[in-house]
Amino acid sequence: MTLRIDDGEFVFLVGPSGSGKSTIIKLLTSEIRPSEGKVMVNGYNINTIKPSAVPMLRRTLGVIFQDFRLIEKKNIFENVAFAMRAVGASPREVKARVPYVLDLVGLSHKARRRPFELSGGEQQRVAIARALINNPMVIIADEPTGNLDPARSLEIMTLLERINALGTTVLAVTHERELVNRFAKRVIAIDGGRIVSDKQGGYFTSGPAARQ
Amino acid sequence: MNRYVIRYYFTEGFRGIFLHAFSSFAAVGVITACLLIMGSFTLVAVNVQAMITELEQSSEIVIDIDEALTDALARSVGSRISEIDNVQRAEFVSREDTYNSYREKMGEVLMQGILPDTFWHKYKVYLVDVQYVDDTAEKLRGLSGVADVRIEREVLNSLVSIRQVVQMVSLVLIVSLLIVSLFIMQNTIKLATFERREEIAIMRVVGATKGFIRWPFVIEGFILGLLAGILAYFTQVFAYDRFGAALDEVQLTPFSELWLPVLAVFVLTGFLVGIFGSVMTIRKYLRA
Repeated sequence: MTLRIDDGEFVFLVGPSGSGKSTIIKLLTSEIRPSEGKVMVNGYNINTIKPSAVPMLRRTLGVIFQDFRLIEKKNIFENVAFAMRAVGASPREVKARVPYVLDLVGLSHKARRRPFELSGGEQQRVAIARALINNPMVIIADEPTGNLDPARSLEIMTLLERINALGTTVLAVTHERELVNRFAKRVIAIDGGRIVSDKQGGYFTSGPAARQ
Repeated sequence: MNRYVIRYYFTEGFRGIFLHAFSSFAAVGVITACLLIMGSFTLVAVNVQAMITELEQSSEIVIDIDEALTDALARSVGSRISEIDNVQRAEFVSREDTYNSYREKMGEVLMQGILPDTFWHKYKVYLVDVQYVDDTAEKLRGLSGVADVRIEREVLNSLVSIRQVVQMVSLVLIVSLLIVSLFIMQNTIKLATFERREEIAIMRVVGATKGFIRWPFVIEGFILGLLAGILAYFTQVFAYDRFGAALDEVQLTPFSELWLPVLAVFVLTGFLVGIFGSVMTIRKYLRA
C-alpha cells in the first residue's frame, strides 16, 4: 500500500471492519511498528523511531476516539488542560490557551461542567478541543461520530472541517456513507489491507468497500 | 524539568494517595508492621549481641605455665601471650594466688599439708572473639613455657551458637519482610495505575513522556514508604521503652544509643521500598 497525505488535507479513510483502518492509525501513532515497508509521519520515520521520540511524534498529532475517552472526575476545562499539562505546559499557558480552544469548539460556557452532564456531541467536542490543545499538525479522528445521532455527527464533521480550514490536516476514519458524501473531500477506501479506491469527493463508487 | 512539572508530580502524587485512600492506608499499615517486626528482631539481635559480647569478655582460657620456670620467667610469658592475635588481655595468676583462693574456698583443714608449690603459675586469657578460640589456643600451646591450655569449651561453643542463630533468624526475617513490603507497595501502586488507567492512556496519546507518567506514582510510593518508616520508628520507640520496663532482670541497651541508626534504617527502608515498589510496577505497566 502506498499512501501519501499532504499538509492541510482533509481525508476520509473508509473500509469494512478488519480492513486495516485501525492498523493504519496504530502505525501513524507509533503504537505498532511496520513489519515491512516505510511509514513517515510529520518527519518521523516510524520504522526506526526511538522510544524516547515517540512522545514527540504524538505531540504533533491529535487523536479523537469514538468513545470520547474523557476523564469523568475532571471537569471540561480540566480535561482539556490535562493534555497540556501532560506535555509540561505552565499553568499560565494553560489558562490562556484552554478558553480559546473551548471557544473554538463552542463549549466555553460549559467549562466547569463534568463530562456526564454533557450530551454525546458535546463530549466529542471536548475530545476535539483536547486533541487541538497542543496545536497538532494532524488530527486523527477514529470513528468520531460512531456514537452520535446524524445531526450531532454532522455538527462534529463540520467542526473538523473548520479546524482543517485553519490549516490542520484531518484524517477521519468513518463508516458513515451519508456523512462522507455530504463533504466533498478525498476518500481513501481500503479493504484487506489494500487501497481499493482513492478519490476526491466520492464515496464507495466501486469495489468491495462499496458494499458495506 | 520546570517547577510547574515538579509541582504537578507532587500534587498528583498526593492526589493518588487520597484517590485510593483505603489501599494507601493498608499499604502504610502493612509496611509499618513489617518494619516493626524487622526492627524488633534487629533490636533483639543487637541486645543479644551485646550480652554475648559481655559474656565473651568474661570467658577465659586458662594456661598452665611450666612448673620448671622461675617466677620471673613465668611472668615474662605474659608479654608473648598478649602479642597473639585475638587475645584481648592476659591476667597472671601466681601459685600463691591459686593457693589462697583454694584455701578460702575449701578451708584451712582441707588444705593442711598442701603448699603453694603444689600449684602452677597460670594465665587467664580473655579473647576478642570466642569464635576463633581453637586457633588462638593452638598458638598459645606453641609458646615456650606453656604446659597446658584449658578451654571452657561448652560455654564458649554455646555463645557462638546462640549468636549465629540470632543472626541467621534476623537475616531471614529481614529479607522476607523486605520482600513482603515490596510486594505490598507494588500492589498499591498497581491499584493506583489501574484506577488512573484512563488518564495514563490519554497522557500517552497526547505525547506525555514515560518519565512524566511515572513520577507521580514514584512520589506516591515515596510518600507512603516514608510515612510507614516514620510511623514504625515512633511505634518502635514506644514498644522498646515498654518492653525494657517490663524486663526486671535484663538490662537492655539504652535506646538513646540506638535511635539514630534505627531512625535511619526505618526511614531509608521505607523510602527504598516506596521508590523501588512503584518504579518496578509502573515500568512494567508502561512497557505493556
